Amino acid sequence: MTPLLVSVAMRHLLARKRQSLVSLMGIVLGVGFFLAISAMMQGSEADFIRRLVDNSPHITLQDTYRNPTAQPVAQAYPNAVIAIRRVKPETETRGIRGYARILDAIRARPGLRASAVLTGQALINFAGRDVAVTLNGIVPSEYTGVSTIENYMVAGTLEDLNSNQDGIIIGDQLAHDLSLERNENISVTGTANQTRTFKIVGLFHTGRLNVDSSQAFVQRKRVQALMDRANRVNSIIVKANDPYVARDEAARIEQRFGYKSVSWQEASEDIMNTLMIRNIIMYTVVSAVLIVAAFGIYNVISTVVLEKRRDVAILKSIGFRARDIEWIFLLQGVILGTLGNLMGLPLGSLMMASLGGLEFKLPGSSDVVRLPIDWSWQQFAIAGGFALFAAVLAAFLPARKAARLRPVDILRGGT
Amino acid sequence: MTAVLEAEHLTRRLPGEVVVTLVEDVSLQIQKGEFVAINGPSGSGKSSLLYLLGLLDLPTSGAVRLNGEDMSHSGEDQLARARLEHMGFVFQSHFLLPEFSTVENVALPMRRLGKLDDTEIVRRATEILETLGLKQERHKLPKQLSGGQSQRVAIARALGNNPAIILADEPTGNLDTKSSAIVQGILKGLAREHGRTVVVVTHDPQFAAQADRIITIVDGRILHPSYT
Repeated sequence: MTPLLVSVAMRHLLARKRQSLVSLMGIVLGVGFFLAISAMMQGSEADFIRRLVDNSPHITLQDTYRNPTAQPVAQAYPNAVIAIRRVKPETETRGIRGYARILDAIRARPGLRASAVLTGQALINFAGRDVAVTLNGIVPSEYTGVSTIENYMVAGTLEDLNSNQDGIIIGDQLAHDLSLERNENISVTGTANQTRTFKIVGLFHTGRLNVDSSQAFVQRKRVQALMDRANRVNSIIVKANDPYVARDEAARIEQRFGYKSVSWQEASEDIMNTLMIRNIIMYTVVSAVLIVAAFGIYNVISTVVLEKRRDVAILKSIGFRARDIEWIFLLQGVILGTLGNLMGLPLGSLMMASLGGLEFKLPGSSDVVRLPIDWSWQQFAIAGGFALFAAVLAAFLPARKAARLRPVDILRGGT
Repeated sequence: MTAVLEAEHLTRRLPGEVVVTLVEDVSLQIQKGEFVAINGPSGSGKSSLLYLLGLLDLPTSGAVRLNGEDMSHSGEDQLARARLEHMGFVFQSHFLLPEFSTVENVALPMRRLGKLDDTEIVRRATEILETLGLKQERHKLPKQLSGGQSQRVAIARALGNNPAIILADEPTGNLDTKSSAIVQGILKGLAREHGRTVVVVTHDPQFAAQADRIITIVDGRILHPSYT
């Protein structure tokens, strides 16, 4: 039954080989370009997000609340109309209270790692120069779990802060600016006006100038002392094995502890929006290629339908149903779409391979850059699926027209 | 005897600004195994009557009965099924599918019905072609056949599903005298020797004269039924 319809459809296409071949080539090129471009764009997006996700905390707990705390009277009468003027918030030592409890709670969640950090501004005095830095007070063993800084160390390790409690790790740019080297001593003045001497135990190079010239890492206890904020931290950094749970986990943490918790998606919402717009533009362009190809298919199948009116009439009078006739022409779209995929997807893979093989050297950098290509099966499925859909849709209109032909109209004119 | 095909007050009009009446108030009965010729001048509506009897077209009013069952209110699929199982058509043009060989063309209705397997279908198609003297031509394409041969292949195709009724619309209209005589002989033989009902539209009086009965149509109406 169906093989019969397939064989009729095949004969129709084979009867006008050149026309079928041209429309087939349209689909082949369309699928190829669709696949290659989409794989390249998705690859670069994935690469971009990976860098973004790797180098930034997945969730950051801050020592602030999203909304100001309610006044006691407002808490007592939640439904009353209350106006209090000139409220001055209570003076208190800033920071996250009871962070050890929060850390335990976060670490109890599967796949989450957390580290408490006290960050503050400080001045480094050396050879008569003052340079402002951001001092990150960390516990090295827990901080390595949530940060990639360890990968960027060019001298020493984060663990060296344990062996020398008065150690400091600074960026290589800062060291260069101040003509400092490893194992030299510098004095650091905190906001509480205390000064301490630290020994440089390590240097890092991230490639981002503002990080390399202004960030420094020391033991958390030292920062707490320098800032006069014993037992406080002002942020908790969380990394997750699966970065995409960050949004939900951040909401849970915020709901439970009240502190503002920002997921990486929230922190980089503008970038995510840009990426989405870029995707929309890209798919619009590559779809246009396939839509043009679909017109080729529409063209060949409507020509076939026009030429085959007599055949349709006799098939119907023999006892083929309207559905059967419709299928004959729909199948031609399916055949062209499938053949287009069979040839177009390998063509696209070839283009992907050659694009992925290109090597670029950015000016001023010694690093060789390759185009990131997304080889996942989804890319093939989207390109192949869209091509088949376009081909079948293009066949649908002429097929409907053929199915509606009344044999009597053609027999009257034909005899 | 039982009426295989029966028309009752059959009327077919084409709607439009000027309504054209193709067939008007035709009632007739065709018995099993009968060989009926429908004749009349060009444009008299004889082909239209055949399309109505062959369930290719539906009447504006009146009824067509196939084996006693009124088909005039059936859906398209039901009509297609009835044509597939009970009827075989032969037209003035052979309407063979040009991409299919002779034997494949004959096999089409059998493959659509799907009651036999592929080897059986080819065997039966070859057999039918052989009885019509076309076994040598079975692998040829329609364009390699003469007009008379093509028309015989069309008859072979109509016989595929062993239908009780053969409907032919000017089957000899495009043929030379010799081929015409062969086709006439085949159609007559189908009725006389194989007990099939054969309805032929023709304006060839010599062909019509061989039928059991001649129905003459003028302006869409039966002029006068005459029996031989």
